[in-house]
Amino acid sequence: MEFKDYYKVMGVARDATEAQIKQAYRRLARKYHPDVSKEKDAEARFKELGEAYEVLKSPEKRAAYDQLGQGPRPGEDFRPPPDWGAGFEFSGSGARDSAYSDFFESLFGGASAGAGGRGSFNSGRGQDHHARVLLDLDATLLGGTRQLSLQVPEIDAEGRLASKQRVLKVQVPKGILAGQHIRLAGQGARAPGAQTAGDLYIEVDFQPHPLYRVDGRDLYLDLPVAPWEAALGGAVKTPTPSGPVDLKIPPGSHAGSRMRLKGRGIPAAPPGDFYVILQIALPPAADDKAKAAYAALAAALPFNPRVNLGV
Amino acid sequence: MSTPQDEALSGAIFEESATLTVADLSRLCAVEEWRIVEFVEEGVLEVVEFDNHQWHFRGAALRRARLALRLERDLEINLAGVALAIELIEELEHLRRELEVRR
Repeated sequence: MEFKDYYKVMGVARDATEAQIKQAYRRLARKYHPDVSKEKDAEARFKELGEAYEVLKSPEKRAAYDQLGQGPRPGEDFRPPPDWGAGFEFSGSGARDSAYSDFFESLFGGASAGAGGRGSFNSGRGQDHHARVLLDLDATLLGGTRQLSLQVPEIDAEGRLASKQRVLKVQVPKGILAGQHIRLAGQGARAPGAQTAGDLYIEVDFQPHPLYRVDGRDLYLDLPVAPWEAALGGAVKTPTPSGPVDLKIPPGSHAGSRMRLKGRGIPAAPPGDFYVILQIALPPAADDKAKAAYAALAAALPFNPRVNLGV
Repeated sequence: MSTPQDEALSGAIFEESATLTVADLSRLCAVEEWRIVEFVEEGVLEVVEFDNHQWHFRGAALRRARLALRLERDLEINLAGVALAIELIEELEHLRRELEVRR
């Protein structure tokens, strides 16, 4: 398996003090924590960081880890030495959301049983499971079944935290919003001796949609219109989640004008609204006819859009 | 890896079907009840009703509570900091969406 250089992960020297390690963790945790980070690989980096800190912050684990030296040469497979861990006492760690790497488990496995108390909160039920999923927007606009591939963290028989993959066919409730959960009763863990199985909670979020943008239960569409459509008004065919409609553009509209179609957003309870935001699209002055039309317009309308700039 | 079953599983939108009690949140987050009480005291969670001598939370409290636990554990910040962080995160999310929408 692959050797993990925890000092490198944390960006500290091998002789770093506990204070320096803590400082490094604080700084990197803020940078890569998935709830606050905008970095692309934040989740993976944070997981790696958490594992490195778990080892380097504990004097026992760190001392044992240091014994392994710098690790094998690149390309060489790593194996823990046969008398690994002899004389060391590894205590359990706190509750975690994700599993440790194989490397960690091979060295410190069995020590991560800190979540052993979890079962007691469910009073005779199996454990609840939580997962997150990314759906297409149509799933909530229309409802419908989706095949979901879920990563579910769960405690195994030895009390270790592992990430299990499940594939489930789920009926997505129409009108569900980002951040809400689909609760699948009885799809959690079935603990031995428990009366009933726990539940599975799937937190939902949406992939970007080619046309609509989502804010809570409202949807937004940028609608390009011709200059005369905005200035003179008129009916313009517009896509909406429930099919195309003839939208009446009021005369005197301009770029950024908003029109609200009440209740045509996400069909939640109550339903959100659908907002159309006008963009003015200029016909290209591609040929002589177009150029002449523009010139005629310029001649007919005295118009200085920069009048307020003092030039 | 499991294979999908033939019948689609049906579930309710948890946030709409629930008002949660302290005991519910405690179970769902796998923490002791006094921690949930602490969350309320520090302003991390808001109680919407006080009914029958019981606190009630909106379904949205679940997401907030779990976020709070992650921030507290992973970033090693105290609850006052967590409460502030959550407010800022929610405002940031809202502003980012607004920005995207207004482009």
